[in-house]
Amino acid sequence: MSDLVDVQINGEWHQFPKGTRMIEACREVGAEVPHYCYHPKLTSPGNCRMCLVQMGMPPRPAPGAEPAQPDEDGHVPISWMPRPVIACANTVAPNMGIRTQGELTENVREGVMELMLANHPLDCPICDQAGECHLQEYSVEHGKGEGRFREQKVKKPKNVDVGPRIRLDDERCIMCSRCIRFMDEVADDPVLGFTDRGSHTTLAVYPGRELDSNYSLNTADLCPVGALTSNDFRFQMRVWFMKEINTIDTNCGTGANITVYARQGEIFRIKPRQNNSVNSDWMPDSHRLSFHWINDEETRLTSALAKDENGNHQVVTNENAYAIAAAKLSKYKGHEIAIIASARMTNEELFMVKRLAKHLKAKIVETVPRTGEADGYLISEDRNPNTLGVKTVLGLDDPGSQLESIKDDIKQGQIHALITLQEDLITDAGFTDDDLAGLDVLISSYPCANPTAERSDVVLPGGCWAEKSGTMLNIQGRLQRLNKVTDGPGTTEEPWEVIRNLQQALGGGNGIHSHTEIFNQLAETIPVFAGVKFQDIGDLGIPLVETDETLPLLEREKERVAQGLIVG
Amino acid sequence: MAIVVKRPKLKWWEHLYIPAIVSGMRVTLGHFFQIVSKKKKVTMQYPEEKWDAHLPEHYRGAPALVTDEQGRERCVACQLCEFICPPRAIAIRPEEIPSDDKWAKVEKRPKKFDIDMVRCIYCGMCEEVCPEQAIFLRKDYAITGTSREEMVHDKGRLYEIGGVRTGLVNKWNYHK
Repeated sequence: MSDLVDVQINGEWHQFPKGTRMIEACREVGAEVPHYCYHPKLTSPGNCRMCLVQMGMPPRPAPGAEPAQPDEDGHVPISWMPRPVIACANTVAPNMGIRTQGELTENVREGVMELMLANHPLDCPICDQAGECHLQEYSVEHGKGEGRFREQKVKKPKNVDVGPRIRLDDERCIMCSRCIRFMDEVADDPVLGFTDRGSHTTLAVYPGRELDSNYSLNTADLCPVGALTSNDFRFQMRVWFMKEINTIDTNCGTGANITVYARQGEIFRIKPRQNNSVNSDWMPDSHRLSFHWINDEETRLTSALAKDENGNHQVVTNENAYAIAAAKLSKYKGHEIAIIASARMTNEELFMVKRLAKHLKAKIVETVPRTGEADGYLISEDRNPNTLGVKTVLGLDDPGSQLESIKDDIKQGQIHALITLQEDLITDAGFTDDDLAGLDVLISSYPCANPTAERSDVVLPGGCWAEKSGTMLNIQGRLQRLNKVTDGPGTTEEPWEVIRNLQQALGGGNGIHSHTEIFNQLAETIPVFAGVKFQDIGDLGIPLVETDETLPLLEREKERVAQGLIVG
Repeated sequence: MAIVVKRPKLKWWEHLYIPAIVSGMRVTLGHFFQIVSKKKKVTMQYPEEKWDAHLPEHYRGAPALVTDEQGRERCVACQLCEFICPPRAIAIRPEEIPSDDKWAKVEKRPKKFDIDMVRCIYCGMCEEVCPEQAIFLRKDYAITGTSREEMVHDKGRLYEIGGVRTGLVNKWNYHK
């Protein structure tokens, strides 16, 4: 207890560990301190002056005077300082007093806001940040309500092309330097900086360079105003129209926590969501921008298809498609059937695959591996979001190792029927037309039109990651929730429904009506999941499996926290 | 507080109602004979004749988009009217103004601006909320169509109804 200090905040005494920033101490007890430049994951330069608060310390006795006596709680009276201090870069001290309200702090906030707005353009009707702009919010809460500045506003460059994914508007910049610090400290690519210091301070890119880091879009998230905006999201939709759904990224094994912004079933943007155990506050641009195909109805499969006697695909109802698929499959014995599932599927879907395989007595169940280069930040080598789930739920030790033997078995006529779920075998698994030609029955389910679907006897549209709910295990062994953002186009069903309906058509019974029911069965039958309740997973997930995987970016952040550079 | 209304005390002949009927018929028949003898006209031959000249200044007809005297489309697609619209009649999709356009410095304009006139209730909130003086309720009241699609005013039609409006605040034209 010796490293706790007593601090009085707005008249109430609290205890905090030594070294706590004043702003964090205030936040912990619910006393809001407005701020622009401070960010817990970045160093604190203290340059916006918005977090000024009134501070007091125990009085220092005059020479010869008696020191102040503590009261029965051990606190001495606080002597308040006449000038405010910044709460973001100062730490708490024993017997310190902080006032986040009162005449002094209110006056300095009004003053800081007035100076910030003096040169800020009235761009709100065209500015993408409107609605989530800290300057708008604080000018309502802490501003004067009127400006006394009658002169011409300073002109600065507008609509500057600073990088392939970011647009800069220097007039809107309030010089908080969050983007500069992010590029320097987190992205290790210090291309941003201030030039022309003074009234004409301008944010600029190093001559001859571009803001082209794969983490550049995080600067647009960090920007408290509309100075840095995303080219991709620029002028697409107002933020207040969009519904925010918390889910996880499925582009690699990291499973970065994200918030998806959608309106009327259309996804407009993705932003990282804070999870200090997975992705901190950041995510890579390549993963953030890989959602556009979901909105493209031209390439999506919107209804079930079955081949007629001439070999042409005809649109059929989902019920008929399942019936046709079941009729075709029931001709074959278990050892003539193989199932290729996907490591992009949720644990629940994989459980349903296992159930289907058991019902069909299928010989082989396999998934398709995907690997890429790890970038040393957040992107992992494994580009499948749920490889660990495949290992845990399906019990495959080395996913993908049986793909070659499936090809051989098809050629040798041992496998006659193949079910492929959420995978395009020709594009992603190295199958050729010849490999598939030996099959009598090919049933596939995938969100988009693809070459494997073209050769399939029955095609069942299955939703993509944004159109289904479930859980996944990331490379660290963390169980995280994937939440449904929108309904799939046309008659698309969630993949677990596709598998359930197929099994039902095969006479396998039903009994499952939601993904949480599957999770309950998962928890009952698979030892790793034993005792886990779906509602316990929450927004941030829970550690479930021990692995030795670490995320380099998180490790570096932990080091900076240990050095006292950032709060974390 | 209840107000007691005093009933008039009627005389006995007033209770018969015959004098009242006679005086009423006198007025009615007076008009009838004037119209039959073509001395007076009381109906207007709508739609050949219209009351338009008598519409008051504050009349709330169909909402429309306007351009200013320099030919700039005033709307910057801020979508506030879409937000405020009580029956959700407005649907906007913004776009960026290309850099070779004369008004590229305004940066943003509507790509699509639809007002569903079946839904519109002529409340005028869109005009009130507009920060750019771009949308105004005009005096057009006869909005007709033979299908629902026809009743949706698109961007072109809205500018056609709105026309040019002068005397507006031109914040983009000089100070930007």
